[in-house]
Amino acid sequence: MSEIKLSVNGRSHTLDVDLTTPLLYVLNDELELRGPKFGCGLAQCGACAVIVEGRAIRSCVTPVENVGDKDITTLEGLGTPEEPHPIQQAFIDEQAVQCGFCLSGVIMTAKALLDENPKASDDQIREALSAVLCRCFTNVRMIRAIKRYAKGLAG
Amino acid sequence: MKQRSKLTVEESIQTQDALAALKRINFSRRDFLKGAGSLIVSFSVVGVSGVMTSRAEAAHGLGVPRDQLDSWIAIGADGSVTAYTGKCELGQGIYTAQVQLIAEELGVEIHRVNLIQCDTALTPDQGTTSGSLSHPTNFNSTNLAQAAATAREALFRMAAENLGVSLDKLEVIKGMISVISDSFKCVSYGELVGGKQFNLLLDKTAVRISPNDWHVLGKSVPRSEIPDLVTGRFEFVHNVRVPGMLHGKVVRPPTVGAKLNNVDEASVRDLPGFVKVVVRKDFVGVVAEKPWQAIQVANKLTCNWDPSVELPKHNDFYEHLRHQKPTRDTFVVNSNDVPETLAKATRIISATYRHPYQMHGSIGSSCAVADVQDNKATIWSATQAVNPLKKTAAMILGLSPNEVRVIFKMGSGCYGVNGADTVSYDAALLSQAVGRPVRVQLSRKDEMAWENYGYAFIIDQKMGIDEKGRIVAWDYEAWYPSLGARPGREHPGNVVTGFLAGFQPQAFVPRTPAPAPKGTFGNNRNSAPSYLAGCVNGHCGGTGRIESERVLAHNVESRFFTGPLRSPSRLQNTFAHEGLMDEAAAQLGVDPVAFRLKHLSDPRLIAVVKAVAEKANWEPRPIPRKGLSKQGVATGRGFACVLYKGSNGYCALAAMVDVDQDTVTIVVNKLVSGIDCGPISNPDGLRNQIEGGTLQGMSRALLEEVTWDDEKVTSVDWRTYPSLMLGFEMPEMETVLVNRPDVDSMGAGESTITLAATPSSTPPVRASAKCPSRQPVCEPHLEVQ
Repeated sequence: MSEIKLSVNGRSHTLDVDLTTPLLYVLNDELELRGPKFGCGLAQCGACAVIVEGRAIRSCVTPVENVGDKDITTLEGLGTPEEPHPIQQAFIDEQAVQCGFCLSGVIMTAKALLDENPKASDDQIREALSAVLCRCFTNVRMIRAIKRYAKGLAG
Repeated sequence: MKQRSKLTVEESIQTQDALAALKRINFSRRDFLKGAGSLIVSFSVVGVSGVMTSRAEAAHGLGVPRDQLDSWIAIGADGSVTAYTGKCELGQGIYTAQVQLIAEELGVEIHRVNLIQCDTALTPDQGTTSGSLSHPTNFNSTNLAQAAATAREALFRMAAENLGVSLDKLEVIKGMISVISDSFKCVSYGELVGGKQFNLLLDKTAVRISPNDWHVLGKSVPRSEIPDLVTGRFEFVHNVRVPGMLHGKVVRPPTVGAKLNNVDEASVRDLPGFVKVVVRKDFVGVVAEKPWQAIQVANKLTCNWDPSVELPKHNDFYEHLRHQKPTRDTFVVNSNDVPETLAKATRIISATYRHPYQMHGSIGSSCAVADVQDNKATIWSATQAVNPLKKTAAMILGLSPNEVRVIFKMGSGCYGVNGADTVSYDAALLSQAVGRPVRVQLSRKDEMAWENYGYAFIIDQKMGIDEKGRIVAWDYEAWYPSLGARPGREHPGNVVTGFLAGFQPQAFVPRTPAPAPKGTFGNNRNSAPSYLAGCVNGHCGGTGRIESERVLAHNVESRFFTGPLRSPSRLQNTFAHEGLMDEAAAQLGVDPVAFRLKHLSDPRLIAVVKAVAEKANWEPRPIPRKGLSKQGVATGRGFACVLYKGSNGYCALAAMVDVDQDTVTIVVNKLVSGIDCGPISNPDGLRNQIEGGTLQGMSRALLEEVTWDDEKVTSVDWRTYPSLMLGFEMPEMETVLVNRPDVDSMGAGESTITLAATPSSTPPVRASAKCPSRQPVCEPHLEVQ
């Protein structure tokens, strides 16, 4: 066990953990955050995605020591039910959810892409989501919500 | 007087607070058995504010009585409504639809309704949330709908007495009953009954609000969970944390059928966070302080297993299935004249259809939290069946059912019996062994290698055609393997943990030959094609016209656990039926929709077929298209329809597909779905289910197949069990909703998935794929750009 400082959703935490622990477990079990989920533990589905320095990463295979003092944003770091982030609002507006377990993968991946390239083409959006899974297959609405958000960014 | 406040109820579903409250009052078995007060009041943190309901039977383990109005509906002093349901939210939108139902029937605003779902101590026992049955069960004239109508009529009677006017002079607006001609004369629900019990039985004659008068039902009310879901606030079962909780991990056998020889606890005893190794016959699990530690302990634990028995060869599996003995044989229908009719036919069309084992493959591996102490247990579970689980968990734990409480918390989409029940047993066994709450979440491999797969099928079919191009006989014979099922109320051995812990799966009872069909025609598994008359003992219950009909199914024993997977057996059977219809249409050179309509008799199925054909701009013409090249890209069309389960939702699907016949690359350009499930509760919610189900069916048809080697399952992650991802280039999708306010409500969630193999059975795909009459299509290449 070693001490580590983490910055998550704008708050600093000092934790005593095994540094090889994947970031996901630290977020779920030490900080009791609910956004990122364990789906596969193999970086195949995206349910654990968080944004670190502008990139959506798979927290289930990222040792916490690799993240260090970088800013980490989880789904709950974007907005709240009372004041959702525009991309979250787009998912509400499109009712683009069934069970919702996959949403960290979908929303964080799309947000990271569109923050970097607000004018991403349909192909680029699809490519970014090519390793993100929704087993309820809410695909139609999710893509619609992402495009709605993108349209807002484009102004 | 047994009392429970509204706040109490809210507390009871806030797990941490509830558990803390339990601990504060030193919750004991004696308390549990003492009566309603103990269980219910035990959750009461502050004073009673409104609702007062007796749930004595619940506390005694007898369940919440379904015939009592107070079991379903309670009115708070402030006029708010608390409703209780045994049908729970699985991501299909049933929570919001049920809130709409209560708000509609009682004339209150949606935000005034608090719905408590699936808690063995609080809600009526409604069995399992499955089979597309939540609407038929709770939205017609029984159960929740009947309770709501009973409550409204009782409130109106009270108001009539209170205001001194006759019933027909009253109306309700936002929970306030007033005299129509003088709205100042009014009385609120809270004033009439707030905080008190109704003390009434459900009234079978209570009249539902007519769908023609709906204001809340029938509208696309947004799902109430979505703001919490998209912002990460929602509490899944995976997020349940209780004080003192430890983390467990299971160690499954390395191969199917392996038996535990011994476990070397010394191999892990010194690892950080180690708490305990737990063995129960062939069940092995470990408990540690933290989840990552539990994984290390499980990975490093030395277990010796005795070898397993060899599995049937995967590449020869369907022939193995066809010849496997013993069998349990069932005639769904048998007119006893099929061989003679076929002999007289001018043309015979036959084909064999194969469907693999497929998995639920929930994106979140299954998870549960259990707190088992001495003689009481609380299990937080994503099970579809809280009350049945209460009984089987009690068997696993050696407790009485009245000592077990199961509280539903949503998991990831399950699509049937995924690992939710088995992991509930895992958590319960581990918690019992350490005397502290334990959370278990399965690994991806443990989820996939051991779940109850959807049934594999091999189906031989033959149809006879007369000189006018009409089908005169249909012969169907199928073989499908099964082992276990949902645990139900008696068979924990139906899922892997129960089996490993020493419980047998429900017995396989051979039966040969099949007895003649008894009673009336039943098509629960959609074994009988839609085009059969379905005549049993002189009564015809099918949706079609073919009277020379034989449907014979052989169930055999499976080496893998099986169980209901969204549209269980029905998807497999309908794939075979609709495939043969297209085969026949192609051989006869006729239009496949006209060919179907010619053999259908049910007006509602006919109507939905026509509605979908119209929406798809279906141009009547023979298939395959004249002059279709056998090389290069060909455009094909497919069509399918069915009355789900023979009784629960009419649906149809048209698909427009491009196939590169040289590479068997399939691009599905457009899917048009249609459904008639009676009066529509929430159109947008229904569309969401139809869209998701159709695409899920496409993923199953084009990609999904459980594989194995000589001793173990080799589909253990998303690389070895591929699924369509979000980046997949989707077809254009249109959905036709046929609303029928004048009939009973039917189910919808499993409808169009049943038809979604349609794209893979279009003529160009059939012509170019190496083995077109099986799923997934052999050697398909999906166009993902």
